[in-house]
Amino acid sequence: MVELFTVGETIRDTKAPGGPIQEQWEARRFGAKLINPANRRKLSVIIVGTGLAGASAAATLGEAGYQVKSFCYQDSPRRAHSIAAQGGINAAKDYRNDGDSIRRLFYDTVKGGDYRSRESNVYRLAEVSSAIIDQCVAQGVPFARDYGGLLDTRSFGGVQVSRTFYARGQTGQQLLLGAYQALERQVAAGTVEVHTRHEMLDLIVIDGKARGIVVRDMVTGALETHVADAVVLASGGYSNVYHLSTNAVGCNTTATWRAHRKGALFANPCFTQIHPTCIPVSGEHQSKLTLMSESLRNDGRIWVPKEAGDGRDPREIPDGDRDYYLERQYPAFGNLVPRDVASRAAKNQCDAGRGVGPGGRGVYLDFADATARLGRAAIEEKYGNLFDMYHKITDEDPYQVPMRIYPAVHYTMGGLWVDYDLESSIPGLFVVGEANFSDHGANRLGASALMQGLADGYFILPNTINDYFVKNPSTEAIDASHPEAVKAVDAVRARINTFLTINGARSVDSFHKELGAIVWEYCGMERNAEGLQHALGLIGALRDEFWTNVKVTGANEELNQTLERAGRVADFFELAELMCIDAFHRLESCGSHFRTESQTDDGEALRVDDDFAYVAAWEFTGDNSPPKLRKESLEYHNVKLTQRSYK
Amino acid sequence: MNVTLRIWRQHDRHAAGRMVSYGVESISPDMSFLEMLDVLNEQLTAAGDDPVAFDNDCREGICGMCSLVINGIAHGPEELTASCQLYMRHFTDGDTIDIEPWRSPSFPILRDLIVDRSAFDRIIQAGGYISAPTGAAPDAAAMLVPKKDADRAFDAATCIGCGACVAACPNGSAMLFTGAKATHLGALPQGQLERNSRALAMVNQHDAEGFGGCTEIGECTAVCPVGIPLDMISRLNGDVLSALRDNTT
Ligand SMILES: Cc1cc2nc3c(=O)[nH]c(=O)nc-3n(C[C@H](O)[C@H](O)[C@H](O)COP(=O)(O)OP(=O)(O)OC[C@H]3O[C@@H](n4cnc5c(N)ncnc54)[C@H](O)[C@@H]3O)c2cc1C
Ligand code: SF4
Ligand code: FES
Repeated sequence: MVELFTVGETIRDTKAPGGPIQEQWEARRFGAKLINPANRRKLSVIIVGTGLAGASAAATLGEAGYQVKSFCYQDSPRRAHSIAAQGGINAAKDYRNDGDSIRRLFYDTVKGGDYRSRESNVYRLAEVSSAIIDQCVAQGVPFARDYGGLLDTRSFGGVQVSRTFYARGQTGQQLLLGAYQALERQVAAGTVEVHTRHEMLDLIVIDGKARGIVVRDMVTGALETHVADAVVLASGGYSNVYHLSTNAVGCNTTATWRAHRKGALFANPCFTQIHPTCIPVSGEHQSKLTLMSESLRNDGRIWVPKEAGDGRDPREIPDGDRDYYLERQYPAFGNLVPRDVASRAAKNQCDAGRGVGPGGRGVYLDFADATARLGRAAIEEKYGNLFDMYHKITDEDPYQVPMRIYPAVHYTMGGLWVDYDLESSIPGLFVVGEANFSDHGANRLGASALMQGLADGYFILPNTINDYFVKNPSTEAIDASHPEAVKAVDAVRARINTFLTINGARSVDSFHKELGAIVWEYCGMERNAEGLQHALGLIGALRDEFWTNVKVTGANEELNQTLERAGRVADFFELAELMCIDAFHRLESCGSHFRTESQTDDGEALRVDDDFAYVAAWEFTGDNSPPKLRKESLEYHNVKLTQRSYK
Repeated sequence: MNVTLRIWRQHDRHAAGRMVSYGVESISPDMSFLEMLDVLNEQLTAAGDDPVAFDNDCREGICGMCSLVINGIAHGPEELTASCQLYMRHFTDGDTIDIEPWRSPSFPILRDLIVDRSAFDRIIQAGGYISAPTGAAPDAAAMLVPKKDADRAFDAATCIGCGACVAACPNGSAMLFTGAKATHLGALPQGQLERNSRALAMVNQHDAEGFGGCTEIGECTAVCPVGIPLDMISRLNGDVLSALRDNTT
């Protein structure tokens, strides 16, 4: 067999300053070179993405006086996928006096990530978390308040403190509108230029530094070159490699994947989070999945019929014939076990034939007991909007019949590798938000993605990018005529022409669906060597078919949504292969990554710290050439590694 | 179920458009309206025709991207529902369904069912924010906000910026959208300082974009997928009047 990958040099310098962890960020900020306001005006930054990470970075860098160019594929920056986040955002405010602290948030996040994240980054995230809430409140984000007028919080995602700030079930929407409005304020001030309906299709690297991007105007098809002194990617996660996920249908990996091909390391691509409570697939036509907030597990009880194939109406199945499997297997945590554990347990029940609903891919989430205990009004008050959403989608009334839920892909912890400054392995290319791999290790805790996106954009990047500018003055004025820029545009144009001239027999979507099904089956909730190798064969064959048999109608010089999707799916193919290789090489179970070969006697995940306590950062070495593994070893000086147990 | 669709086809901003009929068969009532359009597009692609272009992203009613006039109603027949949250079970086998883009001179059609709503962004640029540069914020607990004000601000802030209100308004007014933003920020203590000037600046931009005046017809709130109420426009008008008064004294 050909080698799947090779091993390269270890990554030694993450730029994290040494010293006590609680002094590192202060030290880094002090050490970073400053730029006076008059000189900032001469420096330009490209920011791809207007979600929480990109919009907050663009607004803040604009306020600081840099010339910012911001890009998104939607028709307005306000529509970035961050808008859909429901549950809340964590911060170590300790307004509840319940023992929360920076240290505890740090500890929970490292442990929740199953000890596969970088200590220094996570500590800093916890440190700046408080300032995020201050910033958002000042902008007018209408967080939930109690009757005394104080900010309300709730506890979320299996932690023991109440540190999650929220705005009903629409926290992401409210936070994003805050950042979007700050961004538009800078547009009016003339510091930020926003290019909507523009898709980044390549990165321009000159003399080893990121100096620009190639974008396609999605209305006219024109290919444009934009150059700057630095480039920031805030383009979100790659859940849609699975085709079905809770992400917006346009979410893609193109920006990050193109940068990877230009030299940026891609870290831990196999760490993908599957959320346990989503509305199940209803048929072949399914185009996306909808999340039902995690909070439902506080009152709902999860069960399946004991007897496989029991087709009775769930209300007619007596308690004795039901298996409340989480309560049975995990008496200490019951229905509140972490996401990865709950998801896998549901899969196991369905694999054993006890699943319910279409195709047997579903389990019940039942509120009958909670309704009897608390009354319907209390349930309505807490979960009304979720119940309504469920009702709208499924046409079933969850006040009457138990909800049916099934796990779905939700978030990607993997992403472009960044150092402590959020700079990728290409100098001058910074990566923020879900697009980077940074803070969540092998498993993200609820309400921490919004925190990370805003931490990166409001507070971290604006304090590190200046250091890059001072140390890397752009000596050469560059424009679209630079040979590297011309080369990049030509390559993009050639690729588009290829899509348009294949003129095969299958639609882009049919390929995306088939690819998604393969990745979901073999690189989803459970993985093993045999399955992953099999998947690599299937993906390779499908990819070859794609490049000879896809049908992309229309032309480039027009608004062409099929062409847009073709480019995204082509990149998903390549990423899917890297995900499988990463999953194959990591012969341990950790967080979201469950290898059937690595489990304890009672079927729980078995981490192998001696062999795998590292970040797997992959280097692109060319088409049809195996990727190179670059390890960043993870050292823990402030937390003790333990096996997670929820029994 | 089988349905006949009559869809507005227009190649680009400058081309003439027309309604074109298509048949779609074997539709499941559990499909969303957009999934039904996906099926049509697969069909068109297989036949070598151009698929119908339509805006969408989150497909769960929150991003504000989807924007279809269905049988003459912005976002279709169901109340409090964005186009993407509409399901085929609300239609009947054999139905003929008309699908058109938002119609407004301020929202030029870019292709088929896709329009340019950048005017909304420019209204926000004009003043739809609280000036709070990063880093200058006091502790979040330093300011108490009465729950009823926070709730009112939240209700206004749920506007998804879809533009259905404009599409539904016989005057082509965007006052519901603008009023929702003025109410969101104006209901909060943080938003008081710029309250009147914000309202005035947004309304001036609203008019400059060519949106029509509001005569309180109420079609906007009837189609609004999140139920922004009409009184948010009154709130906006009040702030604008105060601003004009401030400017003259
Ligand atoms: C349903 C749902 C609920 C969630 N709930 C929570 C929650 O309660 N709490 C929490 O902490 N997290 C939650 N998350 C996760 C969280 O919402 C995301 O991780 C986070 O919002 C990502 O933000 P981002 O800024 O990194 O990227 P995104 O918001 O995804 O933005 C990406 C941006 O990049 C642009 N873009 C992408 N590719 C290109 C390209 N090639 N060219 C140009 N532009 C491009 C897009 O236009 C967009 O502007 C949830 C996620 C989902 C799916
Ligand atoms: S007010 Fe309602 S209809 Fe108008 S843009 Fe906002 S959400 Fe859409
Ligand atoms: S697609 Fe996002 S609101 Fe309809």
